[in-house]
Amino acid sequence: MSDAVAIAGVTRTFATGRGPAVTALQDVSLTVAPGEFVSLIGPSGCGKSTLLRLIADLDQPTSGIVSVFGKSARQARLDQDYGIAFQQAGLLPWRTVAANVELPLDLHRVPAAERRARVAELLDFVGLADFAGSYPDQLSGGMQQRVAIARAFAEKPSLLLMDEPFGALDEMTRERMQTELVRLSAETGAAVVFVTHSIPEAVFLSDRVVVMSPRPGRIREIVPIGLGPGRERGEALRENPAFYAAVTAVREALHGDGAVPVGVENR
Amino acid sequence: MRARIASPLAVAWPPVALAVVAVAIWQGVVVLGKVPEFLLPAPGAILGDLLAHPGLIGSATLVTGLNGLVGLVVGAVVAVVLAAVAAAVRFFDRMSAPIVAAVAVVPIVSLAPVCYTMFGAASQQPRQYIAAVAAFAPVFLTTLRGLRQVRPVHRDLMTAYAASGWQATRTVTLPGALPYLFSGLNVASSLAVISALVTEYFGGPRDGLGSLITSAAATSNYATAWAYVFGAIVLGLVFYLVTLALEWFASRRA
Amino acid sequence: MTRRVLLAFAGVLLLGAVWELYKDLGPATGVKVGELAILPRTTDLAMPHLWTILDRLGQPVSSLPGSLPLVVAVLQACLVTLGIAGAGWGLGVVFGFLLALLMQAVSLAERAVLPFVILSQTVPVIALAPLVVGWGAQLPAWQEWMSVSLIAAYLAFCPIAVGVLRGLKSAEATQLELLHSYAAGWWSTLTRLRLPASVAYLLPALRLGASSAVVGAVVGEVSTGTEGGIGRAIVEYAQASGGDPAKPWAAILGAVAIGLVAVGVVALLGIALRRFRRWEVAA
Repeated sequence: MSDAVAIAGVTRTFATGRGPAVTALQDVSLTVAPGEFVSLIGPSGCGKSTLLRLIADLDQPTSGIVSVFGKSARQARLDQDYGIAFQQAGLLPWRTVAANVELPLDLHRVPAAERRARVAELLDFVGLADFAGSYPDQLSGGMQQRVAIARAFAEKPSLLLMDEPFGALDEMTRERMQTELVRLSAETGAAVVFVTHSIPEAVFLSDRVVVMSPRPGRIREIVPIGLGPGRERGEALRENPAFYAAVTAVREALHGDGAVPVGVENR
Repeated sequence: MRARIASPLAVAWPPVALAVVAVAIWQGVVVLGKVPEFLLPAPGAILGDLLAHPGLIGSATLVTGLNGLVGLVVGAVVAVVLAAVAAAVRFFDRMSAPIVAAVAVVPIVSLAPVCYTMFGAASQQPRQYIAAVAAFAPVFLTTLRGLRQVRPVHRDLMTAYAASGWQATRTVTLPGALPYLFSGLNVASSLAVISALVTEYFGGPRDGLGSLITSAAATSNYATAWAYVFGAIVLGLVFYLVTLALEWFASRRA
Repeated sequence: MTRRVLLAFAGVLLLGAVWELYKDLGPATGVKVGELAILPRTTDLAMPHLWTILDRLGQPVSSLPGSLPLVVAVLQACLVTLGIAGAGWGLGVVFGFLLALLMQAVSLAERAVLPFVILSQTVPVIALAPLVVGWGAQLPAWQEWMSVSLIAAYLAFCPIAVGVLRGLKSAEATQLELLHSYAAGWWSTLTRLRLPASVAYLLPALRLGASSAVVGAVVGEVSTGTEGGIGRAIVEYAQASGGDPAKPWAAILGAVAIGLVAVGVVALLGIALRRFRRWEVAA
């Protein structure tokens, strides 16, 4: 089976109105195996979101190749090989929770009965079965984000792309969502590419953490996290010495000189 | 990633090209298709009329323009004063609400005939009053919204500084309301011109654009009528651009 | 809430009281500074008593035998004008939507056309009204009311086109990217995202369009001399005001009613579409 994501020698530059072009990513190569959980971490401007957008075909590289399951990123998008979640939940305010989760199925002409069954299953999955008929403005930020995650899982994608999906949540909600996410991704066997600012979040979730550095954006180091398979990760792991060791490893990879780069949380 | 600021040329060419093509087609269709003049005179004929008596068209434009301007100023001043009262005194706000709502949606020009009776049909004043009433509603509504739009964080900041009521008004409320006032003025300026012109259809001295368009159309001088319409368009654009410039200036200062 | 309604009611009563008080105390020739009339004349001719106006509504339109009560005649005229304005508004909505869709889909069209649509809201397009008068008499199958509807349609069309375009472009970037990531096409994006998102902009545009259509219909009737509507009634009743000063006010009340009905219809539409306006309240 081909890699979930294969990025080879990708560079992305943005033209600006005046002055020189900005290089958001320079010569980045990375592969993600099927079922693997990979986090992208780094300070603001390191191109981690740009990289995710390239995989999602929301943006195209200036040079280099991005392939998803052995196809071009564009073909993978047209074939709906991935699910996606952003920092903002991005729910449509005029649709109920159920109708929001249903949106991708609806767009891809899944039969109504099948849609209803799948939505019920998904809402159960994220613990929002009681809120199917509610509107997004009636939910808390954490609940809205859970709806967005259910929506990302709607078509049983074998790849999930997540751009700081928990960035706007408070710390307690965030930890609970992380626990749910490792469980969900382990149960579905989906590969995940997860962009974050937070070191503990990256460590808790990932099999590998990709540490990036800015100006120009490139991969500085890839830290393997040997904390065992996702389904065995629980709240207890957060107090485990191995967890602290991995956090330290990632922190040192981020800044060998000890200075904390702007935009990275050390919590 | 649209950080690029479009050059004036890039903004201007599509509408200018469209205008040139449209006028060319207009002229071509009217001349070649032998469109009767009552339906649509050719742009060349209208231009000829404009050049034949610029003085007549200019003076009619000035009459209507002055009426619109007086109406706009009177209406806007009254609107700002009353909006300040409404922002400060709640029961006045509540009592005026249905009247302002009605003024905002009613065809103001329907008051024209009685206005001529009330103030005398021989003077320009009924026209100026109608323009004032038409200009009043948008300025009142937007100014009142602006005065209320004090952001909670700014209000808290003023309270934390123990600022007096007047200090808070001067530093936070008034600068915040100014852009709203000007956007209301922008809407009001076209309403004032339109009302001043339309009022002329209902009677009064025969010296403004509206009166002369009607006379020219009644005597089948369609190219002349269109030339007066051209004057009306120029007048509307002048009012719009002047208030737009004021709005731009106010938003830069604020 | 009740207090609000009572105060609103009190406001209207107060306005009536000011009217009567000024009529009673003000000079018959009006208040003048030099040549400038500041306040109106207070004669019965210029300012009839409010009860005279109310009483007049119940009397027959004219002394001809079998003439209808004035209020019925005014309401009939209102219906005629509402019909003309409604037809114009409908036409304006259809063409406003089509143009907005074109401008949304083709950026060059937006850049070329939008400036003219915006500018034609600021210039007195209504000045053209007397120029379409001739059409009724000289074009086959063209009725006079169609000229009036056409004017109303153009006046309604501009704010609607601008409002719909702004609405179509109001969808958030995240939501557009989401739809893009679902490989949704132009039509799916339009129906699932852009149209629902545009409702918040659409309603004010439709309201403005409705008010403009009413003004266009009233003024159009006056300048084309179309019979039967309230615009004609305003002029005719004003001509009769010498011997019947309360009569023109009845026509004005009719115009007020038309304006309120037009806005009321859009408000009902807003209630029907309230699902798409949730965040207006929530935000």
